Amino acid sequence: MAPAIPAGDVVVITKTPKLKHARGLLERVVDPDLPFLSIRDIAILRNVEVSEEGTVTVTITPTYSGCPAMETIRSDIRAALVEGGFHSVDVETVYSPAWTTEWMSDDAKRKLAENHIAPPDSVLAIVPEVLCPLCSSDDIRTVSEFGSTACKSIMVCTQCGEPFDYFKAI
Amino acid sequence: MTAVTTQNALATYVVRHADDNVVLGQRLAEYISRAPELEEDLAIGNLTLDHIGVADHLFTYAAKIDGCDLSGDDLVMFRSERDYTNLLLVEQRHDGFDDLIARQFLFDAYQLPFWEALSASNDETIAGIAQRAAKEARYHLRHSSMWMVRLGDGTPESHTRIQASIDRLWRFTSEMFETDALDREMVESGLGVDTSTLRETWESSVDAVLEEATLTRPQDSFQTSGGRSGMHTEYLGPMLAEMQWLQRSQPGMSW
Repeated sequence: MAPAIPAGDVVVITKTPKLKHARGLLERVVDPDLPFLSIRDIAILRNVEVSEEGTVTVTITPTYSGCPAMETIRSDIRAALVEGGFHSVDVETVYSPAWTTEWMSDDAKRKLAENHIAPPDSVLAIVPEVLCPLCSSDDIRTVSEFGSTACKSIMVCTQCGEPFDYFKAI
Repeated sequence: MTAVTTQNALATYVVRHADDNVVLGQRLAEYISRAPELEEDLAIGNLTLDHIGVADHLFTYAAKIDGCDLSGDDLVMFRSERDYTNLLLVEQRHDGFDDLIARQFLFDAYQLPFWEALSASNDETIAGIAQRAAKEARYHLRHSSMWMVRLGDGTPESHTRIQASIDRLWRFTSEMFETDALDREMVESGLGVDTSTLRETWESSVDAVLEEATLTRPQDSFQTSGGRSGMHTEYLGPMLAEMQWLQRSQPGMSW
């Protein structure tokens, strides 16, 4: 005879605290290039599941094809979950749909600005609006489309002279 | 060691495009620290990461679908020149920054519509990799176009040199739009792209930039190809020798 299917409530009771715990641990995993943003803030984290046996499956998506931070993020995810008591962790990579800055929360954009990185404008903007993170002037000039990391370009404010990073809208 | 090649048709197709990107990535990496300005060194480093990154995703996926006992790294490090199936354009050596920009520009103008078309692949993983790569290719093309104009419409010296680079590389451009039996098989199954349909887009973006750069479009005379079947120019072998040396002398070595 097939085993009885447990009632929905039973599953929820055993699963939810673990899932909540796993999600809480992942809040502490940050982007190593932008340590004030968690992988949830920046929308690298796509899904978290905990099986009945306690295996955590974390699904992430890469920001840029060659982003060197991804390998560090994978091992940081494992470390955080193992330290938090999960012994079986799978980190899976999903490619589709492709990551976009549209997924970043307003809170994440605010944190970028607070750290003197101009946040991305909408990808639909024909001419992106970029404000100087120091004096808020829109009188800025692009120094280089490619900056210190794949996700940023270098700009300079014509008003106050501040050089700064712009998080590219993609 | 047995031959390091893929058997599955889709894997072989994926490897072709991974080869384009790993070879160009290696070529770009050779130039880091020699750019005319610091920002350009950063740009070349970023381009390298994008090309090698997309190659890494494609190789890893090819190894998975092939079901063989190879890793993505094996495909990069243990295949010989004749097993590499990249386009001849990307393996061409550069004597200077002018050659690097000309090669990049001619390839970027093809890669962008290629990735855009591949984004509609029936294969979800390939489509996802292509969608991301298309976003990056848009930046690459804008960047190389900017340099084409800056050099072409610059000093008499820069104009002469970038024109010479374009002239020299022109004979490798038709190969991008050639298709063979594997391409057709992939197009029919909805997995791949018929690159011959990209030629018009490529020509219009190349013509527009050449015109703005005050450069002359070379005549479509002699064209050469063979990269997709492993027949390379004399430049790929030495490049692979340098790239593969460490893994070949210390197999499996890692950081």
